[in-house]
Amino acid sequence: MLLTLLWRATFPSMQVTVSQRIHNLLCHLLSPWVPVVGLEIHAQISSNSKLFSGSQVQFAAPPNSLVSFFDASLPGTLPVLNRRCVEAAVMTGLALKCSINKKSLFDRKHYFYADLPAGYQITQQRVPIAVNGSLSYSLCMDSKMSQMVTKIVRIKQIQLEQDSGKSLHDDTRSQTLVDLNRAGVGLMEVVMEPDMCCGEEAAAAVRELQLILQTLGSSQAVMAEGQLRVDANVSVHRPGEPYGVRTEVKNINSLRFLAKAVDYEIRRQIEELENGGTILNETRAFDSRLGCTVPMRDKEGKQDYRFMPEPNLPPLILYDAKSLPANMNHQQVINIDWIHERLPDLPSVKREKLVEQYGILPEHSFTLLNEDGLAEFFESVVKQTQMKPKKVIGWILNDLLSYLKQYSLTVKESPVSSFLLADLLNLLEKKEISSTAAKQVLAELWKGEGKTPLEIVKEQKLELLQDQKELEQICQAVIDERENEVMAIKAGNRKVLNKLIGLVQRKTQGRSNPVLVKQLLEKKLSE
Amino acid sequence: MLRASLRQVSAALKEGRVTPTELCQRCLALIRSTKFLNAYITVAEETALKQAEEAEERYKRGQPLSILDGIPIAVKDNFNTAGIETTCASNMLKGYISPYNATVVQKLLDQGAVLLGKTNLDEFAMGSGSTDGVFGPVRNPWSYSRQYKEKSVPKSHSEDKEFNWVITGGSSGGSAAAVSSFTCFAALGSDTGGSTRNPAAHCGVVGLKPTYGLISRHGLIPLVNSMDVPGILTRSVDDAAVLLGSLAGHDPKDSTTVQDNFKPFELPNLTDVSKLSIGIPKEYNAPGLSSEILALWSKAADLFKNAGAKVVEVSLPHTHYSIVCYHVLCTAEVASNMARFDGLEYGHRSDAKESTESMYAATRREGFNDVVRGRILSGNYFLLKQNYEKYFVKAQKVRRLIANDFVKVFRSGVDILLTPTTLSDAAPYMEFIQEDNRTRSAQDDILTQAANMAGLPAINVPTALSERGLPVGLQFIGRSFQEKQLLTVAKWFEKQVQFPMIQLEEVKRHDNDVFHHQKSASFS
Repeated sequence: MLLTLLWRATFPSMQVTVSQRIHNLLCHLLSPWVPVVGLEIHAQISSNSKLFSGSQVQFAAPPNSLVSFFDASLPGTLPVLNRRCVEAAVMTGLALKCSINKKSLFDRKHYFYADLPAGYQITQQRVPIAVNGSLSYSLCMDSKMSQMVTKIVRIKQIQLEQDSGKSLHDDTRSQTLVDLNRAGVGLMEVVMEPDMCCGEEAAAAVRELQLILQTLGSSQAVMAEGQLRVDANVSVHRPGEPYGVRTEVKNINSLRFLAKAVDYEIRRQIEELENGGTILNETRAFDSRLGCTVPMRDKEGKQDYRFMPEPNLPPLILYDAKSLPANMNHQQVINIDWIHERLPDLPSVKREKLVEQYGILPEHSFTLLNEDGLAEFFESVVKQTQMKPKKVIGWILNDLLSYLKQYSLTVKESPVSSFLLADLLNLLEKKEISSTAAKQVLAELWKGEGKTPLEIVKEQKLELLQDQKELEQICQAVIDERENEVMAIKAGNRKVLNKLIGLVQRKTQGRSNPVLVKQLLEKKLSE
Repeated sequence: MLRASLRQVSAALKEGRVTPTELCQRCLALIRSTKFLNAYITVAEETALKQAEEAEERYKRGQPLSILDGIPIAVKDNFNTAGIETTCASNMLKGYISPYNATVVQKLLDQGAVLLGKTNLDEFAMGSGSTDGVFGPVRNPWSYSRQYKEKSVPKSHSEDKEFNWVITGGSSGGSAAAVSSFTCFAALGSDTGGSTRNPAAHCGVVGLKPTYGLISRHGLIPLVNSMDVPGILTRSVDDAAVLLGSLAGHDPKDSTTVQDNFKPFELPNLTDVSKLSIGIPKEYNAPGLSSEILALWSKAADLFKNAGAKVVEVSLPHTHYSIVCYHVLCTAEVASNMARFDGLEYGHRSDAKESTESMYAATRREGFNDVVRGRILSGNYFLLKQNYEKYFVKAQKVRRLIANDFVKVFRSGVDILLTPTTLSDAAPYMEFIQEDNRTRSAQDDILTQAANMAGLPAINVPTALSERGLPVGLQFIGRSFQEKQLLTVAKWFEKQVQFPMIQLEEVKRHDNDVFHHQKSASFS
């Protein structure tokens, strides 16, 4: 149960069952094939304006409303590099432990496509802005939460490049409509080395990258909005042999589909090879409805992009504290060290801090970070309550989170604020209500009618009976009514005591403190 | 009045001897009567007159914007001009009206200049004759000068006189012809391999190619981004300095412009050249250099020597490779730059509807001439993965060698290089079109191209008339960003040679008010 919970939380929209995952793992262990998975990830830079023009960047704006002369490639226009995009790439590079190139270059990559107005994309083919980094990510190995392993994937490079526009094909009228709003938006292409071996690893690595980008603010990295696009390079080979021919799988728009697509492609290639077939170096598209990959009409694979240095942009020069020229205008230079010093805590550090500070389990820290805003919510509740963090985490992860999932809400949209939840947990902690009652109150709070926990407790008469005499009378009444049970207890069957406790609870409509009830009953029975 | 220099006419405007509107109308009238030159593609009569009126208001208030206020100028038709057609002399952009002004155009307008129109060129500035544009060839005003008519012997009396007209050179031939025929006081050209200096030489005007990065290319429709420079065509070196002062400087819209502030300057009257070291690069005595120009060149060297300057022969050993190197780099960038003309966003779009690809193909076939298509084809070949190292990278290395040649020579103490600008005087059109564009460009660019490879400033100074009565110019090449020194020396030379003024019937009719009568050739 716990595992499923973590899993779902880790990959919010993923519903892979435990058994299926274990099955996959076993298959990989037993199979005489070694799958190899590398990823190319395009992350849209979160910036006000585009990479080389002043046009605004905005999702879902009216078509062609965010297009400058440069974006439409009007003749005579020139690119002007957006400082913010460079900073975002430097931040990302540093967070991924890359070495940042103090001098990087821009190149033109040529191909004709309707949504590429200039006929070329400006990218960094020869010398990218960041190289040789690594990303560590965790995934759980079995149903016991303690079995989490940390893996590392090497980052080959991060390059800055332009996004393309969007083509909308109207097949019935056989026309193509082009929207250039996205054309020229800054992208970071993160190239991950083929260090992964299954869909689950790929998805976990991308999830960690996504969290890092969101923490840095360098990309909003929402896959559904296309801010994070993943292409997977997949191949299989026999142990000890060189890598097999790889295919590139595109059109993956969620983490769940990433895992599915990669695993499907691995299975397909193994089957193909075992049946004596060969693997073509081709681009395949993932069909999310059919759950399989299909060959794409492959024009790109065979294309010669005719790379050429971009002559309109001088080399991109970055500085560190040492190389920073003394009399340089600070507006015009980017200081890597300055950015490094200001990097926020990365998810891995945040998790460690949570575990250390609150004594929660490591896997809980994963769940807290995987939901946007949940860690902050948790910390806020902890600050406002006397309840121990270890107990608070249960309420957050089991109760609040399942409500959120059930209603598909984000933490920010939760009708129960951290303040209200803390209020409720305080009532529980002060033993003014039972935990059963607390759950009732939470259900009531979820309706978002603006009542405080205390008001709900009063309204529904959920407070624990504080009057010991009254409780003693009820206990006595139960003992008097249940001669048989009393006999049994006296004969040594202590389990029956629970039944009496239950009866008292029922009579008090759950408002009695079970510990106190137990004490009272024991005392009376021993009299 | 029309034959005056820019500085002279600016003074006349200030003194009220002529009004901007009057001046503009006279220029427009002369443009009409010299229409046969085909110097202009578009004449923006209405907006020009409006600009002139506005200038007139400012002069009336005694608040002209600058020395350029009210001065009629022309702009090569590969600079974007908001609201006025920008065609690059190509079917691809026929009827294309840009929504923005090139930075240099904006700067001229901001300083009150009156934009008369857009001048003719080779399609997308690819050529050295101004003969390969979709609007037809530009005719050299000197073809109709008294000087040429007197000296040229008709080949046969039965032949039409038409056959004797000579080309302007190119690709900024329209701008050179416009300045030369007095229809404007200055014009913008562009210079990638000599496109400003070459027609300037053939048309007897000053043609300045400033240092790469000194003037913004924003809005100049590119030929070779790494070599293109907006060029300045004027009647005198002083005027070129005025234009340079109003155009130079960093442009946030062009990342390849230098950050340093540019201080406009006035040119001193040099009296003493004894401290100067003039380099004569021996490689510029190139195959095909006419004996006439060779003689003129050595005469010019003697002029400096006699005035006390140090004149030394120098070597730029990699000059020979510049043609082939230029060919690779130019076509590669052309292939890339022309990729945007796909008929989708602007410009010509073919009716071909079978597929997007067929539409692209037909659009580009219909939109570009053979020269442009040929360069696109070879450029793409050089950029292919298997050829990139062999051609493009190698050409870049050669370019570096060529640039280093100059560095070495200047480091050796040479201040300015003196070379011919062209191999010969302007060829008659009928003769010129016997050879294909590529051969001609290769021949003609040989003396000018290296300066573009190295990004150096260079200027053509009209020097004398040839035996046929056509202008011949010499070129000065200076150190990077040392325009002031370059122009100062050019001005001194200009004063020594006293290049004769063109004698045009049409102009005489339009311009009775002559400032001063210039001597005929004193340096030939």
